[in-house]
Amino acid sequence: MDEYAQFKITYFAECAELLADVETQLSELGSGSEDPEVLHAIFRAVHSIKAGAGAFKFTKLAEFSHQFEALLDRMRDGRIQVTEEGVGILFRASDILSAMVESAENETPLLEDFGSQILEEIKTIISSDEEPSPATPVMAVLQQTEDTIPVEKNYTISFAPKTELFKHANEPLLIVRELKTLGNVTAKPSLERLPLLQKLDGEEAYISWIFTLQSEAPLVDVEEVFEFVTEDCDLNISLVAENQDEEETKEVNKSHEKPSDLDQVTTPKATKLAAKQNIGTPKATSIRVDLDRVDLLVNTVGELVITQSMLSQQTNELPTDQFPNMVRGLEELALHTRELQESVMAIRMQPVKSVFSRMPRLVRELSAKLGKTVKLTTIGENTEVDKTVIEEISDPITHMIRNSLDHGLETTEERLAAGKPETGQVTLSAEHRGGRIIITISDDGRGINRKAVIARARERGLIGDTVTPPDDEVDNMIFAPGFSTAEKVTDVSGRGVGMDVVRRNIQALGGRISIQSAPGKGSKFIMTLPLTLAVMDGMIIEVGGAKYVIPIPNILESFRPPKEALKQLPTGQNLVYVRGEYIPICHLQQIFNVRAAEQDPSKALIVLTETEESGTVGIVVDQIVGQQQVVIKSLESNYRPVPGISAATILGNGKVAPIIDVEAIYLLSQQLMINSTLQSDSAPVPTDTLEEVSIVEADNIELASDLIEVHTTPIG
Amino acid sequence: MEAVQPNTSSTAQSASSDGLNENSSAPLGNQQFVTFAIGKEEYAVDIMQVREIQAWTEVTALPKQPNYMRGVLNLRGIIVPIFDLRCRFSQGVTDATNIHVVVIVAVADHIIGILVDRVSDILAVDRGEILPVPDVEDQGDGEHIIGLVTAEDRMVALLDMGSLFKSEIIQDSLDDIEDTSEQTN
Repeated sequence: MDEYAQFKITYFAECAELLADVETQLSELGSGSEDPEVLHAIFRAVHSIKAGAGAFKFTKLAEFSHQFEALLDRMRDGRIQVTEEGVGILFRASDILSAMVESAENETPLLEDFGSQILEEIKTIISSDEEPSPATPVMAVLQQTEDTIPVEKNYTISFAPKTELFKHANEPLLIVRELKTLGNVTAKPSLERLPLLQKLDGEEAYISWIFTLQSEAPLVDVEEVFEFVTEDCDLNISLVAENQDEEETKEVNKSHEKPSDLDQVTTPKATKLAAKQNIGTPKATSIRVDLDRVDLLVNTVGELVITQSMLSQQTNELPTDQFPNMVRGLEELALHTRELQESVMAIRMQPVKSVFSRMPRLVRELSAKLGKTVKLTTIGENTEVDKTVIEEISDPITHMIRNSLDHGLETTEERLAAGKPETGQVTLSAEHRGGRIIITISDDGRGINRKAVIARARERGLIGDTVTPPDDEVDNMIFAPGFSTAEKVTDVSGRGVGMDVVRRNIQALGGRISIQSAPGKGSKFIMTLPLTLAVMDGMIIEVGGAKYVIPIPNILESFRPPKEALKQLPTGQNLVYVRGEYIPICHLQQIFNVRAAEQDPSKALIVLTETEESGTVGIVVDQIVGQQQVVIKSLESNYRPVPGISAATILGNGKVAPIIDVEAIYLLSQQLMINSTLQSDSAPVPTDTLEEVSIVEADNIELASDLIEVHTTPIG
Repeated sequence: MEAVQPNTSSTAQSASSDGLNENSSAPLGNQQFVTFAIGKEEYAVDIMQVREIQAWTEVTALPKQPNYMRGVLNLRGIIVPIFDLRCRFSQGVTDATNIHVVVIVAVADHIIGILVDRVSDILAVDRGEILPVPDVEDQGDGEHIIGLVTAEDRMVALLDMGSLFKSEIIQDSLDDIEDTSEQTN
């Protein structure tokens, strides 16, 4: 670990942000933006990367970013036209830049000629811009294309850095070095402000300089040297005329700027420009915090919430009239704890923009590769979700966008033949609904080819030869493992792994995915995910003495049904009649094999829950204990996934309570029912043989979850 | 200044961990094991795997688990699965009381708890003293024993917790199920 390690970490964190920024701005540019600020922003980002690379001696990175910067520089002042092709090069260059940053970060050496091709292209463009000197790269940047014959000029530059200059990690020495590339420099330091040694503050700026520069370079180039420090120093660049004629030329050249009687052009313009840039991109008042620290905070607050709920549980029994202050104090504590928790969680919330902004680029590249014209519309990119969720949704979204472009949208000819507009529409949207985030990806393509899906399902033995499932079941079969109906495997998507992996990843996050499709009109993937993977509102319920948590967002209502509202289908499915509707119910105690639970729903309670795919489902529980915000703890960090349970939490008494995955529970109950109708004597299990039974049941689970794999697919 | 600070602290840390290694392994090829018992049978795990030892407390049973999986425990905010070692070796379920002991061990990235009757000793064994498990026709759970050690006149079996609870702690167990389902299809 070298002593700069810490700075390097910061540098790479910054690089990641800068690169993301470059990406966003490039997409903007790619969509035809002519805002000069876009190019300026890219230029600034690349410049910052270059500066750091130089400081840390990442030679390749520094050299590449230098060329990249040179190209951008030319583009932003209009010396090189921003063409479609040019944007393509910028995109590729930004890829190379990312790869190089990554390689520098991980210290994995790249191939010697990595990126050299694009480097050549950039150099070609740059040198085509200036005929006279395809000379050294440094000179290439600094040379101006003014058509005046270069004449040696004398500049006097007074340069007085302010303290901020050092705070912004600039270094006068580097500026002097860059000045030297323009010509002969003599520097005269002014030590007037230098205090006595004992009063010297190492971080203050005391010294100023007066440089005299002999150079052929025009004033703009000299100004450019100071471009990044104009705000942080007192700068005065003046031209000392050698003869009157030349001064005239100078004046003419600069006439569009501020005409000056004196031979002195100060840099108000540069300063003004910088100020304007600051208005365009308001400086975010944010600090960079290590995610581990935030996590620690979140965990500690989580423990605090548990302690708080334990306290309030115990004081619930206290008579309010005897301890009024105590009770009031605890109520306030509860309020504050909740506020604290919410604000801590808010720290981790980020707009999905960071993921969405990568997609225009993907679409652009893919559509070029596939020869389709596609328009991507993104909606709701400011919808916020927890950082942990953001990290996980990027891959599924990418995959589904690829899928939409490759399989969903027809080729241009097919579209025209079908009477559709030539440009395919893909919409990516995000919104909050019911404490979850819903992400939909829809296209106006050909829709699911149901015939092909059915054929493939038969081939794989998922459905019988004579069975034709309903349309929505067929559509959802594409989520079955190894299910790709693409006629040809392309390098865009469709290698037979795909949607099943997407679905599994989403389910692992506690999310669900489904598809709606209309032949010839398009498909729509709907992904719902929890907003955070850390806390949720839960209803604590009790079954046979064991406590479970049902997520509040799932719960519609709870009630004790009258006996006559309970019905049974011939299949054995229990139903409850609520306000003109028959709703399937399932018994937690059957599924979880809990002893001593209330069997009769009319003596117990039914909690009506809403599921994404199975509609409304009633769950029979013994009693409701209370509502509580629970901290979600993963079971899987130390154990394998448990069917029917999405995670666990820790209750006020320090005990673990499983969090119920309502959808999975319902499907488990369906499976149990099918199994029990298969076994003719499915009488209630006597408790004394319970041990043996639990082994059998354990086997059943595997069978059950196996069948669920198949089962969830057809369900809408 | 800031850059130097973490640097020195990390060197301090690595120095101390080096010190630990020296104590535990360097001199004689010594390895230390925590031994525990189920009835009369004695088992041991590498002391470096043991995180802590605590008395049995009531756990939260999870639905539909193999019967040697007793449930989960809250270990200062981490949820830890507790396995009944007796039952894992098919000798019936332990009737756990507060004199029974849970040994918390770290296996790969996972923290699991093992319910045993009692913890007996810490055993320092020279690596050369670890005897191989004799080849028996029907291995059964024998494959989870990595060696045998004689302590005084008792035989102690060194357990490989990772292989013993492999299916419980490997995330991909769901994939296995899917794989078998594909085969049956």
